Amino acid sequence: MIHAVSALRLAGAVAAAKAVAGATRVLRLGGGTVLPGRVARWLFPRVLEELTGALDPVVVVSGTNGKTTTARLVARALEVAGLKTVSNRAGANLQAGLVASVALASDLCGRPRAQAAVFEVDEATLPAVLPVLRPRVLVLTNLFRDQLDRYAEVERVAEGWRRAFARLGPTAVVCYNADDPQVADVARLAPAGLPFGIEDVSAGQGALEEAADVRFCYRCGVAYRYSVVFLSHAGHYACPVCGWSRPAPCVRAETVRLVGTSGAEVLLRWDGEGFVVRSGLPGLYNVYNLVASAAACRALGLPADVWRRAAESVRPAFGRGERLTWNGVALRILLVKNPAGFNEVLRLVVSEQPRSLLLAINDRTADGRDVSWLWDVDFERLQGLEAHVTVSGLRAEDMALRLKYAGWPEDRTTVERDLARALRRARDRTPAGGALFCLPTYTAMLELRRVLFRWGVVAPFWED
Amino acid sequence: MDLVLVHLFPDLLNLYGDRGNLVTLRERARRRGIHVVVKEVRLEDDLPADGDLYVLGGGEDRQQALVARALQQHAGTLRAAVAGGAVVLAVCGGYQLLGHGYRAAEGQQLPGLGLLDVTTEHPGHRARRLVGNVVARCTLPGVGSLVGFENHGGRTRLGPGVQPLARVRVGFGNNGHDGTEGAWCGTVFGTYLHGPVLPKNPRLADHLLTLALRRRHGDVRLQPLDDRWEEAAHLAAAARAGLRLRR
Repeated sequence: MIHAVSALRLAGAVAAAKAVAGATRVLRLGGGTVLPGRVARWLFPRVLEELTGALDPVVVVSGTNGKTTTARLVARALEVAGLKTVSNRAGANLQAGLVASVALASDLCGRPRAQAAVFEVDEATLPAVLPVLRPRVLVLTNLFRDQLDRYAEVERVAEGWRRAFARLGPTAVVCYNADDPQVADVARLAPAGLPFGIEDVSAGQGALEEAADVRFCYRCGVAYRYSVVFLSHAGHYACPVCGWSRPAPCVRAETVRLVGTSGAEVLLRWDGEGFVVRSGLPGLYNVYNLVASAAACRALGLPADVWRRAAESVRPAFGRGERLTWNGVALRILLVKNPAGFNEVLRLVVSEQPRSLLLAINDRTADGRDVSWLWDVDFERLQGLEAHVTVSGLRAEDMALRLKYAGWPEDRTTVERDLARALRRARDRTPAGGALFCLPTYTAMLELRRVLFRWGVVAPFWED
Repeated sequence: MDLVLVHLFPDLLNLYGDRGNLVTLRERARRRGIHVVVKEVRLEDDLPADGDLYVLGGGEDRQQALVARALQQHAGTLRAAVAGGAVVLAVCGGYQLLGHGYRAAEGQQLPGLGLLDVTTEHPGHRARRLVGNVVARCTLPGVGSLVGFENHGGRTRLGPGVQPLARVRVGFGNNGHDGTEGAWCGTVFGTYLHGPVLPKNPRLADHLLTLALRRRHGDVRLQPLDDRWEEAAHLAAAARAGLRLRR
């Protein structure tokens, strides 16, 4: 009897989610990636557990940066392996977003029209959803400073993860970034760990960046010694006191060749096997996403070739370096969320020597309401670039001031709060056939997307 | 003219873009032709006694505990420097450690330097963090409004030996109750504002620079700078906090 009641409530919740999603689409209220989930959870709080119970395997990806791309890579690999896979796209990575994605991919009885699932989950939400989703594989990408107004402290997120491991199933495998000392330290408590990382020291850089936040051994409180740093605090490290050091990765990038904003060539080693993958995803941060997804595939028991085919077919998503053409100008949009990511994007952008840049900084909840983090980004790196910078967004003035104190000339900076106007002005500064690089925060990226949709340059978000 | 800036524990107390304060002090001095020497002090280093201006930022609880211990060893040097007219600016976690002490969320007691007559207690992780945009009226002459962002669990109470740095118009301030923000006494200044605090509050930055330069260079008066962008950012931050300011 109880079972029948739950089945009815589940069907009701799924139907409501579908109705709400349909309505938001018809009314053009947006992508409909969250609200349907809220309604379904309100009608039936256990909806996520019920909907995902029959899915196998379930893969969960969490961490500060790289969630979306890593999850896309793993989902593509499962599809290549012939498994119909449901996943939460568009960064709807809180509980409501997860519910919406599965509800919309289920029939009215609440049976998912898929076998497997890949979810990206917000790092602070992870402890709450692990017991519900019971993933076969959990991927932890990294822990950087991000939205301190919401998470308070990176250390608090790490503590949440430590506690969450107790609720993992006994057969679950945790794929973790061995190069991130905080993630690797957290993973010491995982039931079964599979470390991944980058071996190629020639891809490293010298000093630690300003934004690097964990450089002290969790146990000893002493600064780690690094032999190489790849990005932010990710690298090869060891504690000089207790001797704990970077775990040797099982899945690793042996050699890395970055090809500007067009992609990367990576020699990947997976157990004894080594093979070259040519990816269209640019930047060293995407090499980490590639290796992370490879580790997940190995944990799932997929053949290496399935992963390689998937990795080579995935193109950058909107806001992650997707290539667009607009009025004879190549438009490259690269999302910036936190100092670690912003520094990597700047490195990438500077290597392309663009003549025009657009920086769009908002301070809404999803961006982080505190813009202090702009001072942890190495804008000094822009020095020497022959470019004009247009700044926009709700915090355009903060961005302009940061540039001024980074030594960027005031006469090569334009402040234009309105994003549509800023985009036009930045385009006017771009030579014909040249590239305009747009670096928006999350909500500025959504706004940019709406503007470009209005102008007929891109499709609406939910058609991704 | 020259100025010695001492940045305490840049590798531990650098949570909220704190280096922005250093950059601002350095650049605003340089633009006036002042020769600036920056000395960074790490855990194992001695504290230079010849600083004109000492800057401490904020950190996570774990870093703050490491720093509290180290600061005790430097207490004598820092007190002597302040007695000799040196300026101290401390933000958030650093501000808490300038007071008599800090009781952390788990009840652990961290000793302070006692340079400011303030005490701080964290009411526990169940209590709400004081987070958000701040606009406040500064008590220092000629500074006017202050803007910034606060994010702290600790509640700070002021004793009779200090003045509040500002009166809150939007935000929580020291403790969310008495309307005060930060504290100062003589040449020692503490605040919960980051953003960081100095770039968007250039008048406060110049106030600190003037005090620091007067320690060795007599009655210094700083020449004005072109602060259009600084003022624009100040007004924009106030507007995001819901206040339309005129400066």
